[in-house]
Amino acid sequence: MRKATVNIDKQNAVIRIRGLYKSFDTLDVLTGMDLDLYKGENVVVLGRSGTGKSVLIKLIAGILKPDSGTIEVAGEEIDQLSSRELQELRLKIGFLYQGSALYDSMTVRENLEFPLVRNSPDLSPDEREAAIREVLENMDLKDSIDKMPAELSGGQKKRVGIARTLILHPDIMLYDEPTAGLDPVTSGDINKLINEVQQKYQTSAVIITHDLTCAKTTGDRVALIADGKFCMEGSFEEVFQNGNEEAKKFYDYNFIEDS
Amino acid sequence: MLRFFTEVFRPPYEFRETIKQCYKVGYKSLALVSLTGFITGIVFTNQSRPSLAEFGATSWLPGLIAIAIVRALAPLITSLIVAGKVGSNIGAELGSMKVTEQIEAMEVSATNPFKFLVVSRVVATTLMNPLLVCYMAFVGLLGAYLNVHQHEDTSFLAFFQHGFPSISFLDLFASLIKSVVYGFTVGITGCYQGYNATKGTEGVGKAANVAVVVSMFLIFIEELIIVLIVNQFRP
Ligand SMILES: Nc1ncnc2c1ncn2[C@@H]1O[C@H](COP(=O)(O)OP(=O)(O)O)[C@@H](O)[C@H]1O
Ligand SMILES: [Mg+2]
Repeated sequence: MRKATVNIDKQNAVIRIRGLYKSFDTLDVLTGMDLDLYKGENVVVLGRSGTGKSVLIKLIAGILKPDSGTIEVAGEEIDQLSSRELQELRLKIGFLYQGSALYDSMTVRENLEFPLVRNSPDLSPDEREAAIREVLENMDLKDSIDKMPAELSGGQKKRVGIARTLILHPDIMLYDEPTAGLDPVTSGDINKLINEVQQKYQTSAVIITHDLTCAKTTGDRVALIADGKFCMEGSFEEVFQNGNEEAKKFYDYNFIEDS
Repeated sequence: MLRFFTEVFRPPYEFRETIKQCYKVGYKSLALVSLTGFITGIVFTNQSRPSLAEFGATSWLPGLIAIAIVRALAPLITSLIVAGKVGSNIGAELGSMKVTEQIEAMEVSATNPFKFLVVSRVVATTLMNPLLVCYMAFVGLLGAYLNVHQHEDTSFLAFFQHGFPSISFLDLFASLIKSVVYGFTVGITGCYQGYNATKGTEGVGKAANVAVVVSMFLIFIEELIIVLIVNQFRP
């Protein structure tokens, strides 16, 4: 399935990363990474397990601090911000965790209410309820509103995770392995949903994955990580049909093991 | 801990969550506190009787028991129970939220997890522990009375008339301080261990376990310090 055409504004980078380094103790994870994410675009970051994909988006969300290099998100350099400014910037960022990270002591409704009440205290209870119902409707989850996270399937959890970030109407979505651990059919649904979110909510997104189907269906552009930096970048076909050594290694890896 | 004091008085407040946590603290410990208090009252009375009887001084029994329960037993035993039941629960709960990245997810959604999770719980243990201590003192004295009544046929009124004059204002005040301090200790230790749990399910168990051990240890140290200080003020 090809995705519908999207409007990408190549003049307008919502994320701009230059010379990014990050290491933990003796482990060098990112070694000089550059990336631009343009407005309206879905960029897929591909890489094997442990190559620092999660570290990369945690740096973008300001959860981790870079050792050196700059990360500009929506025009602001993220490690120069005060905690108040960072909090404001985070309203523009939606983060889907690899494990969904739903609040497991709260129902689906309360999961969505939690960020909404605290960031839009002026909403009336009716407006709040309407906002929650609208997002759940878009995520095809309206029957799950009173369920606990433990009662949901893997795909539903991911969708609640996406819904919880969309409730704040972010400009930028960060998806960490949205299809990991899902069966192919459910993965397909999630991929479709990611594209719908891009259209309906006008988001730009970094999608992290090692799943080639996900990369092909959701990515307007694909970037491949090897040894702490991007070794290849372009459309899916450009990356995988030019005989690049790293791309071939990754392609083969995808069909040997799945982790 | 520093962060707790900078955030506890700063709005917005998480009232609903704090009340929910207060309820949980009370509800979780009530049964065990009742049972332990009652039995402590009975057993302590029973064990003290022979020594006093040797001097023919069983009429001192109510006074001795009242002092023992109000000054020492109720604050200490209640707080240890709260450390075991509530402290471990806080450690495990926050620990699992930490390792499944729920705490981080709260931060990324531009909310303040520290306030929601830590401040509410520490306030809850700090407020509820004194109430539980009062309650245990009451139940303990009730147990003691039943034992005295059985042996000496003392009336309820006479028991309390003998017992209460032995308790000074200083005793009550010191016990109040103790129970507030111990409650705070249980809350802050549990939260600290949970909030700083390291990756993996193993970390959750460890957070719960260490929360109990450390808060019990701290409670004993604090007991020692408070008793030493209070004794300076005794006439
Ligand atoms: N907070 C951290 N402390 C120490 N090491 C970390 C931390 N986060 C990630 N790492 C290490 O960085 C490497 C990359 O991790 P990660 O970004 O999670 O990989 P993936 O590409 O599979 O998402 C791993 O070897 C991991 O052990
Ligand atoms: Mg990862």
